[in-house]
Order: sequence, then C-alpha cells, then structure tokens
Amino acid sequence: MVAATLTQGGEHDRPGTLVMEHPGPAPKRIVTAYGFWIFILSDMVMFSAFFATFAVLSRQTAGGPSGAELFDLKNVAIETVCLLLSSFVCGLASIAADVRNRFWFQVAMAGTCILGLAFLFIEVREFASLVARGAGPTRSAFLSAFFTLVGCHGLHVSLGILWLLTMMAQVFTKGFRADIQRRIVCFALFWHALDIIWVALFSIVYLLGSAT
Amino acid sequence: MLGKLSWAAIPFDQPIPLIVGAVVLVAIIAVLIWVVVAGHLPYLWHEWITSVDHKRIGAMYVLLALVMLLRGGSDAIMMRSQQAIAFQSQGYLPPEHYNQIFSAHGTIMIFFVGMPFVIGLMNVVVPLQLGVRDVAFPTLNSVGFWLTATGALLVNVSLVVGEFARTGWLPYPPLSELTYSPGVGVDYYVWSLLISGVGTLVAGINLVTTVLKIRTKGMNYMRMPMFCWTTLASNLLIIAAFPILTATLAMLALDRYLGFHFFTNEAGGNVMMFMNLIWAWGHPEVYILVLPAFGIFSEVVSTFSGKPLFGYRSMVMATMAICIISFMVWLHHFFTMGAGPNVNAIFGIASMIIAVPTGVKIYNWLFTMYGGRIRFTTPMMWAVGFMATFTIGGLTGVLVAVPPADFLLHNSLFLVAHFHNVIIGGVLFGAFAGYTFWFPKVFGFRLHEGWGKAAFWFTLIGFYVTFIPLYAAGALGMTRRLQHYDVAAWRPWMIAAGIGTILMTIGVLCQVVQLAVSIRHREELRDHTGDPWDGRSLEWSTSSPPPVFNFAVMPHVTGEDAYWAMKAKAKQLTEPEEEPDYKPIELPRNSPTGFVCAFFATVMGFALIWHIWWMVIAGFIGAFVTFVAFAWRDHDEYEIPADEVARIDRINRAERRNLVTAAGSV
Repeated sequence: MVAATLTQGGEHDRPGTLVMEHPGPAPKRIVTAYGFWIFILSDMVMFSAFFATFAVLSRQTAGGPSGAELFDLKNVAIETVCLLLSSFVCGLASIAADVRNRFWFQVAMAGTCILGLAFLFIEVREFASLVARGAGPTRSAFLSAFFTLVGCHGLHVSLGILWLLTMMAQVFTKGFRADIQRRIVCFALFWHALDIIWVALFSIVYLLGSAT
Repeated sequence: MLGKLSWAAIPFDQPIPLIVGAVVLVAIIAVLIWVVVAGHLPYLWHEWITSVDHKRIGAMYVLLALVMLLRGGSDAIMMRSQQAIAFQSQGYLPPEHYNQIFSAHGTIMIFFVGMPFVIGLMNVVVPLQLGVRDVAFPTLNSVGFWLTATGALLVNVSLVVGEFARTGWLPYPPLSELTYSPGVGVDYYVWSLLISGVGTLVAGINLVTTVLKIRTKGMNYMRMPMFCWTTLASNLLIIAAFPILTATLAMLALDRYLGFHFFTNEAGGNVMMFMNLIWAWGHPEVYILVLPAFGIFSEVVSTFSGKPLFGYRSMVMATMAICIISFMVWLHHFFTMGAGPNVNAIFGIASMIIAVPTGVKIYNWLFTMYGGRIRFTTPMMWAVGFMATFTIGGLTGVLVAVPPADFLLHNSLFLVAHFHNVIIGGVLFGAFAGYTFWFPKVFGFRLHEGWGKAAFWFTLIGFYVTFIPLYAAGALGMTRRLQHYDVAAWRPWMIAAGIGTILMTIGVLCQVVQLAVSIRHREELRDHTGDPWDGRSLEWSTSSPPPVFNFAVMPHVTGEDAYWAMKAKAKQLTEPEEEPDYKPIELPRNSPTGFVCAFFATVMGFALIWHIWWMVIAGFIGAFVTFVAFAWRDHDEYEIPADEVARIDRINRAERRNLVTAAGSV
C-alpha cells in the first residue's frame, strides 16, 4: 500500500495548510473485510430490533410460563461453552490459513463445525422440549419473541456451518488462493460476531430472564 | 402440490386488472419474441444482464424505476379519477380494488421507483466522480439489482395472480394480521419487500465501502463532490435502517405464517411496537431517498451557475446532521396514537430541528446561483422548480410537526399533500434532474431540450394543480384513502386534483416522447467530448459513454472541483499535454450470478406467498448452488492490454484538445 503523503492543499483547501493526501484505492483484502464489517454492523442492527422487541414483550406471558419457570441455565452454560470454544478453534483455523497449513486448517474447521453442531443440537433439544411442554412460540408474545430472537441466532449458526463446510471443500480443492483467503477472513468475522451476539443473548434473555 | 394456488387466484370477475395484465403479458411476450428473433439475445445477455459494470447496472436500475413509475402513475390516475367521480356514488372502482390500488401505489413509488432511481444514479456516477474503475463489489452489485427487480416482479404478479395488500403502503396490524387480511395480499407485500430489501442492503454496503475505501489518489474527503457525500450519508442510513424493516416484516410474517404473537391483539402482542419499528426504518427512508436528490441538485446548480458550490463545508455538515437526526424523529408519524404530551413535544421539536440543516442547503444553492452565469437547461429547471416546491413542502412539514396541529391534520389529505410535496418536489424532481444531467454520460448523446422543458412545465404546473387542492380538502377535513364521499365542499377540489393529474400525465408522456425523439436524433445530440455541460467533477473528464475501465489512467486530484481545475490548467498549456504511460487494466469478468440468484429468489418468494413448501426448498438450494458455483470459478478477472487502453484513450484526448483549442481561440 502506498503511504499517505503531505502535500500543499488544493485551491479550495484552507490556504497555507498541509493536507494529508489520500493515497488512492485500498487493496482488495482491506476492501473485502471492510465491506463485511459493514454487513456485520447491519446484522447487529437487525438483532437489536429483535432484542428491543424481546425487551418490550418479555413480561407479556399471557398467563403462560415465564422465563424463570422455563430456562435451564445448566443447559445454556454448556451451549455457551460450546460456542465460545468453537470461536477459539475458529481462531486457530485463521492462524492455520495465515501460515497456509492445509492440514491444521481442515482440522480446526472441523473442530469449529463439531462444536457449532453441538451448540445447535442442544438448542434444538431445548426448543423441542419447550414446545412439548406447551410453551411453544404461539403460547404468548413473550415466547414468540424468545423463539424468534434465539432462533434467529440459531439460524445464523446453521448458515455459518453451511458456509464453513463450503470453505473446507473450497480449500480442499483449490488451496489458499487470494480470494479464498479473503473469504476465510469474512467467515471468521461472521463466526466471532455470532459469539458476541450470543453473549448478549445469554445475559439479557437467559440470565435476566431466569432472575425474574 | 401447489399450496393455496388455484384457478380462483386469477380475478376473472375483475376486468381492469385482467385486461391490464393481459396487455402487459402480451407486450412482454412480444418484446421477448422480437429480442430472440432479431438476434439481440446474446447482446442483451453478455452486455447487460450479466454485466457487472456499475454504469450498466445503474442504467438498468433507472430503467426499472422508469417502468415502475408508469405502473405507479397509472395507480395514481385511477385514484384521482375515482375520487373526482365518486361523489355520492361508488365511482368505477369497487372498495376492495381501490384499497389495493392505493397500497400498491405507495409501495411501488417508494420501493420500486424512488429507491432504484436514486441507487441507479449513485451507481452510475459515484465511481466516476471518485475517479475509480468500479464499485467495491461489482458482482454483488449485480445481485443487488436483480433482487430489487425480483421484488418489483412479484408486486406486478399480484395484479393477476391473487391480490395485493389492501392495508396501505405500510401494513399496520392488526389489519394486516391473518384474522383481518386472510388473503395473499399482505404476503405479496412482505416477501417482495424482504427480497428487494436484501438487494437494497447489498447496494448500501457496496456504495459505503466504495466511498470510504475506493477513491483515486488525492480524493480526500473534503474534496469529494457533494453527490458522493450525500451518497455516503444515504447509504449509511440504508445500512442502519433497512435491517429494522427486515426484522419487522419477518415478525409480521411469523405472525401470519406460524401463529406468533408479535402484533396480534391476543396473547400479549403489541400493535404499537409495529408502528415504532416500521417508522424507525420509515423516517430514515425518507432521507435515504431525498439526500441523493440533494446531492444531484448540488452538482446541477454548481455546474449551470458556473461556480463552485457555495458553502461546501456547511453542506457536508448539514448532510451528516440530517443523517443522524433522521433517526430521532420517527414518532411524529403517530403523534395521535397516545405516546403522551412530553414524548410528543420532544419528537415535535426534533422534527423542527431537522428542518434547519435542510434550510442551510436551500440557502447554499441560492447563494451558488447568486452572481453566477446561469444556464437554464432542463436539469437546472428541475433544480429551480425543486427549490420553490420543496420549500413549500418543508414548511407544511414543520406545520404538521406541531403535535396539536397534527391532531387535526393526521391521516387527512393535508398530510398526503405534504409528503407528495416533498417526495415529488424533492426526490422525483431530483431524479429527473439527474436523469437528464447524466444521460449523455451513460449513452453518449444528450436528451432533447425542448421536450425536456415541456415535461418540466407540465409536471410542475400539474403538481401544483393536483396537490394544492389536496391541502385544501385536507384542511376541510377530508381523510385519506376514501373510496367515495358525500361532502359537497370537497368535490371541486377533487375535480381540480383530477385535472392536475392529467397535466402531470402529459408531463410523463413528454418524457417518454423526449426519450424516443432523442434516440432518433442521437447523431445531432451526440456528445463528442464527454463534457457536454462544461462540468466540474471527474465524471466529465472521461468520454461519453466512458470506456469499460472508466479512466485510462487514474486521475490525480489536488482540490475540489477536480475536473474544473484540470481544464483550467489545460487551457494555459501552449503545447498539448504529454501522453501518459498506459498500463494494462484488470477488470472483473461478467457473471450471471445475480440474474440466476434472482431467478431462484423469485421462485422462492412466489412459493412462500402461496405456501408451496417444496418449491421454497428447491429455490433455496438453487440459490445456494449458484453462490457455490460462483465461488468455484477460477478466472474472475480479465486484462485489457495497454495498447488497447491507449487506442481508446487517444480518441478522447484528441476530441478534448480540439475543445480546449476552440475555447482558447474565442
């Protein structure tokens, strides 16, 4: 990348001051990751709409069960461990991709995948047991908001796993081409962002929810 | 097998949509046959449908907007004629049809005219103004366009297969819930907007990344043309606001499809939450549309006054202030719905505050014109018409921002007149100005001035004849969305508004004629130099139409009004400038990803509307496979050799040298 240079300002810049001159278009790697950051930002905005909805509806149980009666924090703790660990292993995959080690990349991605699937399995089991107990999303506005917020995160994890498997296949057949490296960076961003959302979910939905 | 879809979905008992649908269908088939028989299909496929060139994609966005403008305009004609007739009678449109028309009119005009028009113009112009070769993500750009087209297609399909929403352009629950809207109308609305919303978000991400990360050397933030600034602000708003729309419509869909209780009356649902969420998107949306228009006017006024934009820094500040404050005024859309006097007062004041930066802009444009050598070309006339019209609309806006006044005017035709005043006077005039201004850049010949001016005058006068009566009728207590009425005092105003609509229709027809006449006389209107208006920013420094790589050598910018400075410098040179060192240029390959992906999105959307679940899954798999296939390709770029770049550039350089010598000898 070309370094920015100080030049005499143009005729419309403030006279007599030196201006840091823009060095020109950024390299592709920066542009791609930057764009993906912005996508994640927009995704966070979508989640915040669901969070706000949950906050409004969290006490609207319509005579049905509340969070304190439904949530099993031990289960949620295991889910959290799975997801946070998967993020750590995903970090290892990024390092492997950086040093272009195919073997460890595939091992770490497979580990990420298994931990992600374990998370999903526990979540689906929780959802199924809630529905079986008559506490499905149609029971009350609170449960509608709960299932949508947590389910939206789960849907993101599912799509993330689909993406993860695609990346594994791609590295397997094509190796670490520049564009594939950029996609790996984006995938890692996506996966870590899901962690951050989960931390908010865990605190606001489960911890606060089971306290009341 | 086909879910809820059956022959009953075709409205055989309603002649209007059936005949219109049949005519449109025949026209589409005729065009398709002509394209195939005349052998244009390969050209269309290779040069347009699969194109990832921002100029082509932008042109297709604008074309989509113009076509949908005709559709939305037909709805407007039907509404105004119905209200002119339906005094103490039923008129010619039955209520359930009339309700679909006003819902479709609003939805189409905002999402499928306003949005594609401004996004199209931004797409065409911004990379050129920034002095670069393309947007940040060219293939994604194509995906975004085709998803928008998918949404537009689904809305039009609802004309003949099933029905459209009868809920108004924003489907307020509980009316939009399954209990009160059991048909597929709301589902058409939800899925077409969810799909096109993804397209809009993609465009937003793309353009923000382009402005922030892809600028030519020396293009500092405070040297960017004003249109780039408003593009940045508008697309930041898209990124922050459209996800809220997605979430809100997803919740409505869950209520309707799976019996959730977000906005229902039962089981603790909260209707007011819908109002808050939808307007938390809806108000920024207003500025998403109008900020690019402000940018267009800034370029037009400065160019045709022959002066740099007055108060450039204050303009930037005003733009970014609007960008932020636009998120703090949403509640003024429902002052009457019980938030209480204190909350109403705060939002009322915020709504008046946002008028301040807008006022700053108006003064800046006026002072840009002051002392300038003004050329009244068609784009400039739209700009001047805008300044007067938009100011009136802004003033009535401040009026309805006063909560006590709003209690009287809420949901009246006064409100309808107000927002048409700002959207037509702001967004549409801006879009037309931009269309005429940049048309020669994209197609290499100017639009006919005479027909353009005729279109301007008919539209301007027609606008006032239509909407001033609506202000009056609204002040007389006439509410919006009335299929018929019995109050004699309203009648004359409705007839006047009907006459105004005729004038506006003539204005639109003038523009259709203008396009046809201009194509016919394109050789006389040809823009040889690439600088037909004596422009100031970099898009005019390349040929019209620009080569696929935009600039043979990326320009080096040293100040505001970059091209103006280059021209000034060139005029002082006694000898022609030395030829630059041409290098080969790498460009992204065309890709059918966007088109194929949109095809599957259409299948999926249609299947979701009609509950055809296997087809939903098939559509999803198809879209996923498309992306994987795209990700698997090995050659995503091609190279234009330096000789070819030099050959293309030399032609334009010769033309420009002639221009400079001609100017010097006068």
